Amino acid sequence: MSKVVVVTSGKGGVGKTTTSANVATGIAMTGKKTVAIDFDVGLRNLDLVMGCERRVVYDFVNVLRGEAKLNTALIRDKRIETLHVLPASQTRDKDALDPDGVGRVIEELKQMGFDYIVCDSPAGIERGAQMAMYYADEAIVVTNPEVSSVRDSDRVLGLLAAKTSRAQAGINTAPIHAHLLLTRYSPAMVKRGEMLSVADVLELLGIPLLGVIPESKAVLQSSNKGTPAILDETTDVAQAYLDVVDRFLGQERQHRFIEEEKRGFFGRLFG
Amino acid sequence: MRFLDYFRGKPKSASLAKDRLSIIVAREHTGGRNTPDYLPQLQQELLAVLARYEVIDLANVTVNVERSGDTEVLELNVVLPDGTSIVRASSGRPATV
Repeated sequence: MSKVVVVTSGKGGVGKTTTSANVATGIAMTGKKTVAIDFDVGLRNLDLVMGCERRVVYDFVNVLRGEAKLNTALIRDKRIETLHVLPASQTRDKDALDPDGVGRVIEELKQMGFDYIVCDSPAGIERGAQMAMYYADEAIVVTNPEVSSVRDSDRVLGLLAAKTSRAQAGINTAPIHAHLLLTRYSPAMVKRGEMLSVADVLELLGIPLLGVIPESKAVLQSSNKGTPAILDETTDVAQAYLDVVDRFLGQERQHRFIEEEKRGFFGRLFG
Repeated sequence: MRFLDYFRGKPKSASLAKDRLSIIVAREHTGGRNTPDYLPQLQQELLAVLARYEVIDLANVTVNVERSGDTEVLELNVVLPDGTSIVRASSGRPATV
């Protein structure tokens, strides 16, 4: 049974593409055949974050318009055999995505044996974002502990509950399963009362917590290199995403990176 | 500085953020979602009509759509300037979801 997962948030810059790249890579690392689709038509970036930008020949829009076969547009990752990327186009055409076309591509991916189809949503709540979430079975709502991000996530939860295939299918279909992923979290700031805590955001949004990704330099460094952070297990971000993937695949993992790390004298001095 | 703040009992910015968000999230859940887009315009136009007869502040006119069971109720509340009399009107129709 294949699963369609949307990574969404409403607000831009909170870590949707980073999360899509890391979650797709992490799922593929467990041997499951996985594809990450970039829905940000006109502003593709997933290819860059995953380090395959120079191998893009055809894109999602070419496939939708019948200009390329799905198989030729898919980019196979050079590190993980089971990982694939379907890049967005760079030409701006807001009508490029339509529910029927997107549905056909997703159906074809399922026929090709993909276990997980990860849809990287663009920011906003317009067509691209609605198309990314339309066929989803699960949603990862990426949120920063910050007022505008939390409010936008709440709006997106409303859309997930109303404007998706599962929402419109009637009462016999289970609604989309939405998970909260809190990113750029700083336990030290939370402790000082300068940042919303995990508990605050959970109470406001009312969906289960998938994980907390700490604020870290490793995110920028990994996108500089085009290597998803999860591939370098020494970083806290990689550890956090590995936990997220395990939880997402149904395993119990205790939440980490919520409390401030205890640092010794030298750690304070040189950290 | 932070040491002094502790004794002043100044509210921390995170708790302000949470309070502000609690209000806005609650409001959007009751009124913001699934309500027709024309409500703000309706409110403006009703105000224009009322202004021909009474001096009324926009803040004293509220237009709401409420849902009870299978029906939607469009409710209009106007507080007249003296503050004693309230005009209420409502109309119902089957909900279309």
